Amino acid sequence: MDVHLELDCRGMICPQPVIRLGTRYAEVPIGGLIGVVATDVAARTDVPAWCRMRGQEYVGEDSAPDGVPRYVVRRLS
Amino acid sequence: MRKAAAYLDSASSEPLHPAARETLLAAYDRGYADPRRLHGAGRDARLLLDNARAVVAECLEVRPDEVTFTPSGTDAVHRGVLGLRRRAGAVVHGAVEHSSVVHAATWAGAARELPVDRLGRVHPAVPADAGVVAVQSANHEVGTLQRLTGLDSAAPLFVDACASMGRLPLPDRWDALAGSAHKWGGPAGVGVLVVRKGARWANPFPGDDRVDERAGGFENVPAALAAAAALRAVVEERDRVNTRQFALVDRIRAAVARIPDVEVAGDPVDRLPHLVTFSCLYVDGEALVTELDKRGYGVASGSACTASTLTPSRVLEAMGVLTHGNVRVSLTRDTTGEDVDGFLAALPEVVRDLRAEAGL
Repeated sequence: MDVHLELDCRGMICPQPVIRLGTRYAEVPIGGLIGVVATDVAARTDVPAWCRMRGQEYVGEDSAPDGVPRYVVRRLS
Repeated sequence: MRKAAAYLDSASSEPLHPAARETLLAAYDRGYADPRRLHGAGRDARLLLDNARAVVAECLEVRPDEVTFTPSGTDAVHRGVLGLRRRAGAVVHGAVEHSSVVHAATWAGAARELPVDRLGRVHPAVPADAGVVAVQSANHEVGTLQRLTGLDSAAPLFVDACASMGRLPLPDRWDALAGSAHKWGGPAGVGVLVVRKGARWANPFPGDDRVDERAGGFENVPAALAAAAALRAVVEERDRVNTRQFALVDRIRAAVARIPDVEVAGDPVDRLPHLVTFSCLYVDGEALVTELDKRGYGVASGSACTASTLTPSRVLEAMGVLTHGNVRVSLTRDTTGEDVDGFLAALPEVVRDLRAEAGL
């Protein structure tokens, strides 16, 4: 999946990946995709929860080339 | 900075009830002997143990011979789950069960999870290969009451009632259930296992030659009697205490929801009276607990950074609730409106400061 912005959050612990997402998602145009690459296991729950709380769309999970999970978000507003 | 402390973590452990304290001290003088011995001191200890069993049975509206005292709630859970399990069947449990249930299921080597909805309520369709089903009466982190009568299963049902015992009547449907005295204001080190008359239960652990064949180890007679005294007091006062606590938790739920980017978890109405969990976006759970403690408020957290395992609460994960910035507030029987107001005055400032530190 091609994303407009990929955030490398490898090695960060919660809530850092979500803080990174919250401060940078507006860099993509509305409708654009943001990928959060995170080793932190909490990101699997917290990225979708962030989308619900902030009115954005959680697209789903895939993997970066090195196998680290990537959580993809679509900016809606 | 530190004000008079408000301990808001009764769901981890309720302070000893005054009724338990008096009983405990008196029982240490009379209940020291081996209750299986035939001498006077032994008969005394046996009398106290039987008395404790009778009181607990009366409070729970079960038969005395259905009640077993165990060395902990965890031990009661393990014996309850594993003792009911039909051979080789899966241990099917709700995804939001207490870790003691999950550990028992994992140990059995046949764990299967029932998913939950956003409120934490267990999905009622149980797989056909279940050897035992384990579902809690109420969730210990978010308070949601489970609907056990709706479970679609013919397998034996174990109910972890640790979060609700004493506070609420037992559910109607169960084959065995467990409680933990320090959660209702009894001393630590007393669990209660209740096995329904006629239920097929077999001791999953090595046996012992004690008063009660379902238990192992020398009975802690004074603590069992104190636990029973606390339970009786809690049951007698629960209508009044629950009403007050339910209203205070409503106040917390409403006030916390007004803080920006805070999510309150669990069923707002069909819930335990005394506890509430919420999560604050962009906030570190450990820092939140530490800052609240500096202001005198002792709370628990399900965030990963506060756990020995460094993984987030399975309850929050299973519900899909934000796991970071998490706080569980649980009221003691003495928590006042002033305590709650003080907490609610301190919280927004703590959250704002921590977010500012994170650059938000």
